[in-house]
Amino acid sequence: MKKIEAIIRKSKFEDAKQALYDAGIEWFSYWDITGLGKSTEEQIVRGQVFQSSYIHRRMLSIVVRDVNLEKTVNAILDSAWTGETGDGKIFIYDIEDTYRIRTRESGSDALYNKEQGEESK
Amino acid sequence: MKKNILLTISALALLSTKLSAQTTAPTINSGDTAWMIVATAFVLLMSIPGLALFYGGLVRRKNVLNVFMQIFILVAVISIEWVVVGYSNAFGSNSINILKPFIGGFDWAFLNNIGIGDLSPYFISHSQMGLNGTTVGTIPHIVFIMFQCMFAVITPALIVGAFAERINFKGFLIFSVLWSVFIYNPVAHWVWASDGWLLKLGALDFAGGTVVHINAGVAAIVTAIMLGKRRDYKGHAIPAHNITYVVMGAGLLWVGWFGFNAGSGLAADGLAGNALMVTHIAAATAALTWALLDWIIDKRPTVVGISTGAVGGLVAITPAAGFVGIPGALVIGVMVSLVCFCMVAYVKPRLGYDDSLDAFGVHGVGGILGAILTGVLASPFIQSSYSGAIYGNFHQLWIQLLAVGVTIIFSGIGTFILFKLVDKFVGLRASDKHEAIGLDETQHGETAYNNFD
Repeated sequence: MKKIEAIIRKSKFEDAKQALYDAGIEWFSYWDITGLGKSTEEQIVRGQVFQSSYIHRRMLSIVVRDVNLEKTVNAILDSAWTGETGDGKIFIYDIEDTYRIRTRESGSDALYNKEQGEESK
Repeated sequence: MKKNILLTISALALLSTKLSAQTTAPTINSGDTAWMIVATAFVLLMSIPGLALFYGGLVRRKNVLNVFMQIFILVAVISIEWVVVGYSNAFGSNSINILKPFIGGFDWAFLNNIGIGDLSPYFISHSQMGLNGTTVGTIPHIVFIMFQCMFAVITPALIVGAFAERINFKGFLIFSVLWSVFIYNPVAHWVWASDGWLLKLGALDFAGGTVVHINAGVAAIVTAIMLGKRRDYKGHAIPAHNITYVVMGAGLLWVGWFGFNAGSGLAADGLAGNALMVTHIAAATAALTWALLDWIIDKRPTVVGISTGAVGGLVAITPAAGFVGIPGALVIGVMVSLVCFCMVAYVKPRLGYDDSLDAFGVHGVGGILGAILTGVLASPFIQSSYSGAIYGNFHQLWIQLLAVGVTIIFSGIGTFILFKLVDKFVGLRASDKHEAIGLDETQHGETAYNNFD
């Protein structure tokens, strides 16, 4: 089992969401993040123009079975790409164990719905 | 013949009773009074929540409650100060002759000697003969007092914009109360009280450009400089944390300003209608001008920009609302956005002081411009006895300049002294640690945006 964390452009979120659905990902969580880096964005307040180093991105978090890792990562790589600096990053972590609270199933069984077939996660 | 004489006598008798009725019992005009009570509520709306939202949205989220609290507590404290000594000092007369033009006495302290049936001794266009041959207005005295109370409240609240995000709450509160007593009340007396020296000189200030905006604006720049820059001020504005608040605040200020300006004629009449109209048109013109400046110079019209422009227009039309017509409103609206835009976009960064929310850049500069332009644009077609430089009355312009200059000097020096005193005995600057954590948490133990279900 792997956890995929991806930092992507807010403008590519809708594309990434669709690509993940198409890849069979049923559920993921996301949140808005603010980063500080060397790159800057122009900001205007009351006629004053200045460079702001606060960069706004969105983070996605998805846990998948090993078999689905590659297609999930590819879905994000393809959908979140613009070619400009600042497209973001994808991190992969090992997951030690997973429990489904309702059925007490554990391991990779807890990651997909048996009743609905094997295709998902 | 006999019948005729009888008729004449009875008519005379009727006439004389009518005359004596007029001189002995002045009456409250319910239309004027109803409008003034509503206008009073409108001016309160300018402070809370109008100005609180406008300023609160512009600060960072760690300081939004502190700004709300500063304005809220001023509404409470200054209202009490107003009925205790403020009104008496500002609008009362002084038993010491030499002080009469400068400050009122204590005859009306705690609103002593003022009955609910008394008519306002202050009036603009609606007046009548009162008892003892005095002339009085058409609204109750206590309504006038409450209307003016709201002006006393909002003036120190405007200064909050200068020292936002870095002042210690206790020091702020003591400073603001002292400022109201020693700076606001005397200047209000000079300009508005019947024996005030600037009023007698002929200075025009319809709704408080000098008393409210220049006064607060100058105090703003003095406190901003004396308090020093915010710890992380880098020479440019720190982006607003919630621009939707800024818009709501500017909108409520605009609505409230109808009470502020159209109420300042103290009557529901044509002059109030003119004030309402020019207030609206000046605000609209200034808002549009600022948006265009943003658009042309910085490529995009900004929401903070249009909100700031509207407020600037409202500030600048304030002294002129009862003296200029539509042409004046248009000129004032365009001029104030040009001048204030240059002030906050170019002059402030050069000079390097940290006026957090441009209390001086908008209220001070806009107020000064408005007061001077009143001396230029005052039109005899609005009030026949007042005209400005474009109608050949240059004298009015000099008086306006004098009133502006005197207010700047008095407010500047007075604020400096009060600041030094409060800073020495109480301390005004928040500690570096408190400033870094945020004043919401360190001054009030609360945070604005919580995720508790």
